[in-house]
Amino acid sequence: MDAFFNTLNNFFLIGLPYIALVVFLIGSIRRYTDTKFKFSSLSSQFLEGRQLFWGSVPFHMGMLFLVFGHLTAFLIPRGVLLWNGHPARLILLEVTAFIFGIAVLIGLVNLIYRRITSPRIAVVTSKMDYAILSLLLLQVITGLWVAYSFRWGSSWFASVLTPYLWSIFSLQPDITAVAAMPWVVKLHIVGAYSIVLLIPFSRLVHFLVVPLDYIWRPYQQVIWYWPRKEVRKAWTPWSIKRPLNN
Amino acid sequence: MDVRAQISMVFHLDKCIGCHTCSIACKNIWTDRKGAEYMWWNNVETKPGTGYPTKWENQEVYKGGWEKRNGTIALKGAGKKKGLLNIFHNPNLPVIDDYYEPFTYKYLDLIESPAADDQPTARPVSLITGKPIDIKMGPNWDDDLSGTPDYARQDPNLENLSPAEQEAMFQLERMAFFYLPRICNHCLNPACVASCPSGAIYKRGEDGVVLINQQVCRAWRMCVTACPYKKSYYNWHTGKSEKCILCYPRIEAGYAPACMHSCVGRIRYLGVVLYDADLIEGAASSDTDNLVDNQLNMLLDPFDPRVIQAAKENGVADSTIKAAQYSPVYKFVKQWGLALPLHPEFRTLPMLFYVPPLLPVMASLSEQNTRQGEKMDPIAKFWPDNWLYDTSTEELWGTIDQARFPLKYMANLFAAGDEAKVKAVLKKLMAVRIHRRGVTVGDIPPEKVEQAMREAGLDADTAEEIYKLTSLAKFDERFVIPPAHREQAIEMLEFTGDTKGSVGFGFKEKPQRGL
Ligand code: SF4
Ligand code: SF4
Repeated sequence: MDAFFNTLNNFFLIGLPYIALVVFLIGSIRRYTDTKFKFSSLSSQFLEGRQLFWGSVPFHMGMLFLVFGHLTAFLIPRGVLLWNGHPARLILLEVTAFIFGIAVLIGLVNLIYRRITSPRIAVVTSKMDYAILSLLLLQVITGLWVAYSFRWGSSWFASVLTPYLWSIFSLQPDITAVAAMPWVVKLHIVGAYSIVLLIPFSRLVHFLVVPLDYIWRPYQQVIWYWPRKEVRKAWTPWSIKRPLNN
Repeated sequence: MDVRAQISMVFHLDKCIGCHTCSIACKNIWTDRKGAEYMWWNNVETKPGTGYPTKWENQEVYKGGWEKRNGTIALKGAGKKKGLLNIFHNPNLPVIDDYYEPFTYKYLDLIESPAADDQPTARPVSLITGKPIDIKMGPNWDDDLSGTPDYARQDPNLENLSPAEQEAMFQLERMAFFYLPRICNHCLNPACVASCPSGAIYKRGEDGVVLINQQVCRAWRMCVTACPYKKSYYNWHTGKSEKCILCYPRIEAGYAPACMHSCVGRIRYLGVVLYDADLIEGAASSDTDNLVDNQLNMLLDPFDPRVIQAAKENGVADSTIKAAQYSPVYKFVKQWGLALPLHPEFRTLPMLFYVPPLLPVMASLSEQNTRQGEKMDPIAKFWPDNWLYDTSTEELWGTIDQARFPLKYMANLFAAGDEAKVKAVLKKLMAVRIHRRGVTVGDIPPEKVEQAMREAGLDADTAEEIYKLTSLAKFDERFVIPPAHREQAIEMLEFTGDTKGSVGFGFKEKPQRGL
């Protein structure tokens, strides 16, 4: 029995993250380079706009906060621990995170309800959309569950999970600490890996192309297919540069 | 001076017969696809009317275009701040019902239904869900029905007309309307380009065509909001936005765009204009009163040696400069001052110009209708001669000065409310008619003709030229298309080496949704 659980732990906590990472990296890059036309957030607001508001906005806002929270705990665990040093701040962080978690849950439920009930939206829903939505739902439920029953997550994440994640990234996986975690926590971890694994095959790719460069690019864009100041000069060599828009 | 070339257009509204051939030509080539059924890159509206999408001109609802704020301009419903903040849910995005739900009929039912007492019917089914629907809207639902209260009275351009003027327009026996064909204006200050967060939309430097790169569009859908003419459409199936491409593959091959080529009324003209790109910002942010003038001032004289020199330095080809010199657009817009931009107050500097229609202004009732004539209110014109269209010359500008079709309405469309601009154009159009009538029928005294021409600011030669280009022009005169210089680039999109040894153009991905 122990051997069986060992194998399971090894597969889900060591094997899966590597599979997920490799697939995510190679898959996303290939999808970006080879099938650009299918790289889209696939918004369905044009077919149904009102219900979407109560789904998309809480979901995305909550997600933004939670993803950044997890990322911070992963990148600067000491900062988080330092912040949590004072109980008031710890509780503030936990409560805020929990509220954003609830927002994600509400958003997701609305999104799923919308997908199921609106006939127009059903037309533009793929199996992958359902897979992703269910996974996210599982993820946020286990997340809230963990946050509620194993306090205080922000602290033990920084001291237990961060070293584990770093061990994965430094190619010396060490799962002794996580292996002893309750199964909900493990489920949450496995859920996260599965989502990463599915990113290149789903609409989730859109988060990779968040248009932040819009902030600093000029409003108007004009593209010339040849260098316009040079093209009419007799001594300009025949350009072998690819045109800019392709 | 930063001289650039722009392929620009003129639509002569007096000649449009509202046949929709242009729309069908466009649909057959470009938008006869899943997700694009509802799109009409070219559509023809009856004015007054609500248009497509419904009441698109009402920017209080659609939030399109630019608005002037403390001396500069900003996008009304999109832009860097609003665009990124509203990226999860765009509150200003029109939904499919603002256009119409595309439909077809179950024609097979007509043939396959079993024998019965009643005729079989072909039920309408939605092209989105495939389920039977009750059709509530179509792209031309108000075609020719401009007088009916449900549609014409909803026209946003009626806003600053007095109730009496509005009434005069809508009494059925006095109903006057005209057609307004619309395509993307390929603007000089395009709101769609400015609003696109991923930078997928761009203006081609060589000819000014505004395009959406289908490989970069990520469905952030801001362009749909930003374009005040609602000429950027969201394809709900592929998750990409699309718009009129001015048939660039045809233009590059020397053909006129499909809508123009097929135009039955021959109302459409296409040609190059040279403009000074340094003036874009100033023109777009000028006061409402100067908008039209400043926009027209940007267009440069293609015969001016300094302009030619500057154009050459900017890489504009000789062939393009030559095309600009023969451009029918330059003649209509600059030389003769006959064409005006549609809704200049949206500040996108549209490059499609309209010759406002004279006919609805001239339309009047004939003597046989005296009984109805007595019922008319004084604002409506009543002509005691037997012509349906008044051509009497007792008072030269009678029809225009006291037009039954309020000039204010026309001014709201083509001159940001400035009646004088529209009036000047209409007077010229009228003067050309009077001149031609003097030549062909000869029942107008020469002094009268001369007076008309003088007051409209025309001479006989110009009037003759206007008449020729308006009525007799052949293909080559209506469409002066510059060569695309394929020695530089294939399809202006791809480097020649890339496509050597392969077939077709563009990429070859199946236009399906997601992976
Ligand atoms: S008409 Fe609209 S879509 Fe066309 S260039 Fe102007 S802003 Fe863009
Ligand atoms: S084809 Fe020409 S005449 Fe016919 S509706 Fe279109 S623009 Fe008007």
